Amino acid sequence: MRVTMTVNGSEYSREVEPRLLLIHFLRDDLGLTGSHWGCDTSNCGACVVWLDETPVKSCTVLTPMAAGRRVTTVEGLGNGARLDPVQVGFQRCHGLQCGFCTPGMMLTARWLLNRNPDPTEADVREAISGQICRCTGYENIVRSVLWTARHEAGAGD
Amino acid sequence: MQVPAQVEYEKATSVEHALALLARYGPQARVLAGGHSLIPMMKLRLAQPEVLIDINGITDLCSINLTGTQLRMGTLTRHAQLLESSLAGEHFAILHDAERVIADPVVRNWGTIGGSLCQADPSEDLSAVFAALKGTMIIHGPDGQREVSAREFHTGPYETVVGPAELLTEIRLPIRRGGGTAYQKVSRRAGDWPVGAAGAAVWLSGDTITDAGIGLTAVGATHFVAAEAEDYLRGQQATEQTLQRAGEIAAQHCRPVSDQRGPADYKQHLARELTTRVLRRAVARARGLPPGAVACGGAASGGAASGGAA
Repeated sequence: MRVTMTVNGSEYSREVEPRLLLIHFLRDDLGLTGSHWGCDTSNCGACVVWLDETPVKSCTVLTPMAAGRRVTTVEGLGNGARLDPVQVGFQRCHGLQCGFCTPGMMLTARWLLNRNPDPTEADVREAISGQICRCTGYENIVRSVLWTARHEAGAGD
Repeated sequence: MQVPAQVEYEKATSVEHALALLARYGPQARVLAGGHSLIPMMKLRLAQPEVLIDINGITDLCSINLTGTQLRMGTLTRHAQLLESSLAGEHFAILHDAERVIADPVVRNWGTIGGSLCQADPSEDLSAVFAALKGTMIIHGPDGQREVSAREFHTGPYETVVGPAELLTEIRLPIRRGGGTAYQKVSRRAGDWPVGAAGAAVWLSGDTITDAGIGLTAVGATHFVAAEAEDYLRGQQATEQTLQRAGEIAAQHCRPVSDQRGPADYKQHLARELTTRVLRRAVARARGLPPGAVACGGAASGGAASGGAA
């Protein structure tokens, strides 16, 4: 079947099998390999992308379910020339080691900060509670998101 | 790599359209809402429908509203939407208690309340919540619409009264004065299914319990209900002793099984303890006490159970 959707602001139209998972469509059909394919069971959150305005686990969404919608992946987080402040935060605070969970973590962080620009540490931990990191122990991820919040509120380093 | 088997796909644009598609494809078709239960089941070949009927475009099924003395929720309501609904929380605090500990925030963004109910997992949270609240399910089919009590909705593990040509469209919760509600869950880690969980609704006249609803999940309660404990509570004074006795009665009638989440005797313990805790909190809320207020003694420790799932 033919599906058409907007990914990171560009429209894509492809012929797909209905059973194709969105994560594989993004990675294999569109070549957007920033979204990672992890546990396959909607537990780890490596595959998180935005569907319209909210993060979802794209290993548990069929490609036709995203037809007609807007998808945002980590490739769409900055504007090409400039990093999103969340990306800067992860860079500054060393919010990653191996980087596998990072795209999903950053997309959820952006969503959280859009809705709650001044989150507590508990808010950040709750927001990423469906996403697994096996390197950082989460400490630096939480620190990165909180740095971003302060930075966006106009604080210096 | 886990992928579903080959399947055909149709997008329904209205309830009538979904019913027409169900009629056309017959029992080999499955309704696809958020897909957060169905798609994992398809990957494991535990479900192998020939056709999926995607109802995500039926926006009529996404609303939460107050109609007369009922709170009505469309079954395509996302878990996150229910958690954020001040209307829902204002009338039934139990809905927010439960939604806070269902899966994780990202799963809640896309998973739907109707999907959770129709998946009918014996550890599902909302089944206990709607049983406690004595809700009514609205089911549309080829012959029109029918109503089924939330307490008669499940016919067994992973089975409901919704027929292959039917669609669950709405949940209605009766609003009655003098009520308070609460939910608590114990799970092993964030986002996990419960080891055990309980929900309570209590209606008071002065200090007398005029009616009570108790829902239990994951602990082998028939139809997710602790009916004997409810019968016991009706007409009693809302004292600590009464609420503890209700917990004991609820646990006596549960038939939990030992599994990877815990041994049966521990689950029975949870059924008793969580029933008493949610009753305490529901009574406190019915009396209009602020959150965290100690009602009947011991309520301050109530948070310990939900902490495991936060």
